[in-house]
Amino acid sequence: MTPPETAGQHAGPATAGPHPETVGQHPAAGGPHPGMPTYLGMPSFPVAARTAVADSQLRRNLAHATHTIRAKRAGAVGELADWQELRAAAKAIKDHTLANLDTYLIRLEENVTRAGGHVHWAQDAAEANAIVAGLVRAAGADRVVKVKSMATQETGLNEALAADGIGALETDLAELIVQLGHDLPSHILVPAIHRNRAEIREIFRREMPDAPDDLTDEPRMLAAAARSHLRQAFLSAKVGVSGANFAIAETGSLVVVESEGNGRMCVTLPQTLISVVGIEKILPTWRDLEVFLALLPRSSTAERMNPYTSVWTGVTPGDGPSDFHLVLLDNGRTTALADQVGRQALRCIRCSACLNVCPVYERVGGHAYGSPYPGPIGAIISPQLRGVTSEVDASLPYASTLCGACYDVCPVAINIPEALVYLRGKVVDAKRDKHLSPERAVFGVSGRVLRSPRLLAAAQRAGYLGGRLVGRSGRIRRLPPPLSAWTETRDAPAPPRESFRAWWARTRGTGR
Amino acid sequence: MSAGRGDERPAMGTAREQILARIRAAVGTPGADVDAAYAALPREYLRAHHDRDIADLFAERAADYRAVVERVPESGLVYAIARVLTDRAAEVAAAATPDGQPVPDAPFVMPDAPFVVPDAPFVVPDAPFVVPAGLPAEWLAELPASIALASDTPPLSAAELDQMAGVVTGCAVAIAETGTIILDHGPGQGRRALTLVPDFHLVIVRSDQVAADLADAFARLDPGRPHTLISGPSATSDIELIRVEGVHGPRNLHVLLVAPSR
Repeated sequence: MTPPETAGQHAGPATAGPHPETVGQHPAAGGPHPGMPTYLGMPSFPVAARTAVADSQLRRNLAHATHTIRAKRAGAVGELADWQELRAAAKAIKDHTLANLDTYLIRLEENVTRAGGHVHWAQDAAEANAIVAGLVRAAGADRVVKVKSMATQETGLNEALAADGIGALETDLAELIVQLGHDLPSHILVPAIHRNRAEIREIFRREMPDAPDDLTDEPRMLAAAARSHLRQAFLSAKVGVSGANFAIAETGSLVVVESEGNGRMCVTLPQTLISVVGIEKILPTWRDLEVFLALLPRSSTAERMNPYTSVWTGVTPGDGPSDFHLVLLDNGRTTALADQVGRQALRCIRCSACLNVCPVYERVGGHAYGSPYPGPIGAIISPQLRGVTSEVDASLPYASTLCGACYDVCPVAINIPEALVYLRGKVVDAKRDKHLSPERAVFGVSGRVLRSPRLLAAAQRAGYLGGRLVGRSGRIRRLPPPLSAWTETRDAPAPPRESFRAWWARTRGTGR
Repeated sequence: MSAGRGDERPAMGTAREQILARIRAAVGTPGADVDAAYAALPREYLRAHHDRDIADLFAERAADYRAVVERVPESGLVYAIARVLTDRAAEVAAAATPDGQPVPDAPFVMPDAPFVVPDAPFVVPDAPFVVPAGLPAEWLAELPASIALASDTPPLSAAELDQMAGVVTGCAVAIAETGTIILDHGPGQGRRALTLVPDFHLVIVRSDQVAADLADAFARLDPGRPHTLISGPSATSDIELIRVEGVHGPRNLHVLLVAPSR
């Protein structure tokens, strides 16, 4: 029989504390926060990115994983001749749902209730966490098994439950690796993408008391070790906590898409099931699954279909939990909804295709984004859910080359580059009201110079002389402060010997 | 239709009312008819992606994800079921220790990388197969006496299910395009835990249950029921984004695809 410690060992609160490779701290260190946790002490994206890019192991792990999935996804998507039509339908369904969100939420509530479930509403993370903690206590449990859920990552549920003396056991393999490694998730779908198999083996050997002595780094062996480790926890759990990929208004059905079977365990075996679901996860009808289940697996894991999808409607006597609670979470979503451009981020189905193709994500990884939502989609979701007041949120809209690869692969056609540029504008606006930045001073002076032919000619002469001083072989590699802020991350071309206007004045266009 | 925007509960100021009020402020004046607007949404995608024989396609695609798929004529089904369960029982027995002690969980054997992992609790060599209520009795008519069966009436505990050699079920619908089997946990399929906890699942699919694609499949289902969509055995892509089979769900999925006898 399994040693009794298996079930209890890691059911306790996750030990907080940053992994040496991660920047910033675990959200638990930050104390109560009503909304989404910003990982405390999180530096702005460029600072965090510098640390990450210097980590050659991290870069190798990420490049390997993202390139593998990129090619496979292209194959899985290429199989469907009507991919663009599916994508257009998904976009239209989501936009329609968002435009009528109140109607559909009320329908969902009615149908869940009719099927024997209970519906709770939470305006922010603190409310959602308090509802869940209350339900767990009411069920007489001090621990829960969890299937990976972005919504509960976003609310910092595990840390909130720990503060209430309730242990949350993550059962998704990658989440387990993150939890055992005292680490932070770095990818929406595969939170431990920054770890390679050898590192995972080390974490298991160090943190998993029942790991076999001869554990190798063969992925199948690692998966089998996770199976053994979690088995008793599943079989004895009283309360399961999940998110949902989709909630069907017409029927009150919830849908969880997964691979390992840990999701099935969590939504089937416990007596009580609590699902925390963002209000934007709703779909109008059952039929809509024919669109979204075609798009999601191919976009996320490059499969025609993921191994397991669970669908349940309220409670079914004699089958599965007898007590079902749906917690509908706002937490900034209605703020995003009010924004005509930003609203499109609410179409997101969390497939993570945009992370996998992003040249920036591929190099810096997920931690630098300082949020449960990393990558291109995170760069537009986090600043909307949290505002652009913190340093990291204000820097996220710039964490992109605007190459547009994310838009191309997005199964719900979110125009991420458009949203990034728009959010950059908001960041600038937010700063404008506060103080005079060097950047703004420079643009103020530039405006005056460009408006005056006399000043422009003088500036061009000065530029040429200055460029001679600092430029080598036609490039300026370093400028003195405060202009060094520009040249730290880029070279500038040295100004030409003669400006066009000076040349014209001299030759009158005769070409001499 | 169900409640619309006029629906208000007396408890103003609750989280529910706050959220609904914020949504209404964000999206502005509602359109005239939500359902008419929904019905007019563009759906120009294909209803099916293949016009070839869908039973062939299903067999091929289910096998792509490491399900073991066999096609059998109606007349051969009972013999196939007997053979598959006998083979499975032999696998379980083969892992037994010489002194007949219980062995770690049934062997998990992959075609290209066979290995046995220790797992607990133990499945004993003569462990029974669980049979859901409503499974056609004639399917089990040819089983040898050595094969033990267990009933789920009254319901087995999760721990008891974990000691079964496997489970035998039918299904509701299958999807050819994706190689997916859909259980609606009706008669002959058992409650959800039955096809989740045991490590071996034999599922019988009649060829008339195979839908060409997702659209056809979902149209055949009753949304009020619980459903499990199964595409191959349990798997994960969590290590370096490479798919490997064998995590928490049944690690062995065996499909018998039954063609009507002519």
